[in-house]
Amino acid sequence: MDLTLVVIQCLNGMQLGILLFLLASGLTLTFGIMDFVNLAHGSLYMVGAFLCATLTFWTGSFIWGVLLALPLTALAGIAVEFIVVRHLYSRDHLDHVLATFGLILCIDTMTHLIWGAEGIAVPLPAFLNGQVELFAGIIFPSFRLLIIGAGLIVAGGLYYLVNHTRLGMLIRAGASNRTMVSALGVDIQTLFTLVFALGAVLAGLAGMLIAPITEASIGMGNEIIITAFVVIIVGGIGSMKGAFIAAMLIGLIDTLGRSYIDDLFKLAMSTEAAETAAPAVSAMLIYILMAVVLTFRPQGLFPPKVR
Amino acid sequence: MITKSMTTLLALAASAGVALAKDVKIGFVTTLTTPAGVIGKDMQDAVNLAVEHIGGKMGDLDVKILFEDDGFKPETGKQVTDKLVKQDDVDFVTGYIWSHVLLASRKSVIDAGKFLISSNAGPSPIAGKLCHENFFSTSWQNDQTPMAMGEVLNQQGVKSIYVMAPNYAAGKNMVAGVERTFKGDIKGKDFTKWGKDAQLDFSAELAKAKASGAEGIFVFYPGKAGGAFIKQYQQAGLQSVMPLYSVFTVDSISLPKFQAASMEGVLGSRMTQFWAPDLDTPQNKKFVSAFKAKYGKYPSFYAAQSYDTIFLIKSAVEAVNGDLSDMDGMRAAMKSANFPSVRGKFTYGNNHMPIQNFYLREVVKDGDGNWTTKIVSTVYENHQDSYAGECPLK
Repeated sequence: MDLTLVVIQCLNGMQLGILLFLLASGLTLTFGIMDFVNLAHGSLYMVGAFLCATLTFWTGSFIWGVLLALPLTALAGIAVEFIVVRHLYSRDHLDHVLATFGLILCIDTMTHLIWGAEGIAVPLPAFLNGQVELFAGIIFPSFRLLIIGAGLIVAGGLYYLVNHTRLGMLIRAGASNRTMVSALGVDIQTLFTLVFALGAVLAGLAGMLIAPITEASIGMGNEIIITAFVVIIVGGIGSMKGAFIAAMLIGLIDTLGRSYIDDLFKLAMSTEAAETAAPAVSAMLIYILMAVVLTFRPQGLFPPKVR
Repeated sequence: MITKSMTTLLALAASAGVALAKDVKIGFVTTLTTPAGVIGKDMQDAVNLAVEHIGGKMGDLDVKILFEDDGFKPETGKQVTDKLVKQDDVDFVTGYIWSHVLLASRKSVIDAGKFLISSNAGPSPIAGKLCHENFFSTSWQNDQTPMAMGEVLNQQGVKSIYVMAPNYAAGKNMVAGVERTFKGDIKGKDFTKWGKDAQLDFSAELAKAKASGAEGIFVFYPGKAGGAFIKQYQQAGLQSVMPLYSVFTVDSISLPKFQAASMEGVLGSRMTQFWAPDLDTPQNKKFVSAFKAKYGKYPSFYAAQSYDTIFLIKSAVEAVNGDLSDMDGMRAAMKSANFPSVRGKFTYGNNHMPIQNFYLREVVKDGDGNWTTKIVSTVYENHQDSYAGECPLK
């Protein structure tokens, strides 16, 4: 086995993990703190990508596209919270699922009407479109490196926000016991709106970062949101630390599975059988992980304390 | 009593009315939602253009097209096919972008005794063991285009390649096709997840491809996966070390998008195909210029095949003077391929798959600066697919 390749695949896994973390952190905030199941979280990821794509063409620069799209995505998040989500907090989970599923269909159709069916390829500035040599022989696309960097900065910022600020204290308190927080005189409604907008921005950022790699396309969020749910279930619902570690774990397992499982299978079966079985099994790996975690630790790997 | 016989009379009159209705009903199953809906839209545009060009008539009959959406899913494709043959009672069922959707829907149409015409998908079973007298294709068998690419690789002296394709019926066929003709070494192979939640991030596979040291990379990624692949291929810096040889990945649907994103790297990339917008036949000139005038863009090969579908059906309906119950007559007419095709004159094999030319195409800028493809050379002349022998039809 080639060591350089292993390192590159680990970096690829980390990059996928970072994207999953950006999505899952918002999901775990809304689910853990507001007790709200938001299937439409992926739609905000898509909206972020489309806004960024349009603004990139409009301003002529991807960086400006992202910077301008972030507050717009926050506004979109606030609008969604205000129009739909806020009326559902007191309902049970099934209502959440039904309503947010309907929201997915609405947002998908709206996107179709505004931007058309074909999707948008987002151009990158030249300095992000190349590769960098990290150290001897390890050449990695610079944009993927930027994703890892940006994600780590965001993760650090979130860590600071959640553990060292007043807002973070309220978020943590809300995750532990919502009723008590509101009984202590905290305006829980505003807190929820803020948390929802924060989740929207994080999801939108993930969408903006993936758009130059794949493209902004309708339904892109619905594909990745399932994996984000797996992340928060494995990590422990409501836990930021759990979301980070589980996202990294799942990113690495998925990427390394895709890289090495066919070679592994070829040791045990015919080449043809291995080629057919490998993609199926590697797509399953993360669900197998989830099943194992649910069996031995149903509360997830790092559940928030005092639940 | 009187009321009852009146009702019967009315019912009789109504059913007679249906039987006398002067129209040809054509069901067209394609993908209109999901991001792949952009392919379906292109096909729909071409069909509408074709109907316009024939003045909405086949012989004396009016043409009625019923578009249905398969949602990129075999089960949905089968459901809408069932609806077309049972509820709408169409005379022809056509369309079908995806091999797995066509395979799932085939039985419904054949069992109902209707004609099934594929405007794109060409999975190997339908050309071989599952061939049927009522099935026709206006496209190709999946293996043929990559087989032509395998020949091109041999001619260019490429010694080794890395292969990537989606994990479904057509992906398997494409890889089998290039493996059949390519004489060099296949350094590695990846099949990736496909369908509504297809894999679009190929970081792991591209890293493997690069590490394999192959001289070139062969891919089949239709629709949006193609755009995603090409971007990542460039971002990974493979362009300079591992030239791209693709089939059905770069087309008139993706090129304007690449151009908008200034992905210059795709210029000059080469692929094989049975058709190109610049193919010099009278029907193709008419089709391409009218399509560009009406929709402001180049038609894709999906559009070309759909345009041909309507003219194939027209030739059948006119051969029997509009008597749609004469299945044998219509079948014989279609079998003779006696219609103006955008690809020029071709013939049908015993399995009703076209025996046709395959060309090498290159991505270039046209006179107006738009990116398109043009023919470089002919790779195969009158090529028949490899499964025809397995088909019991004569």
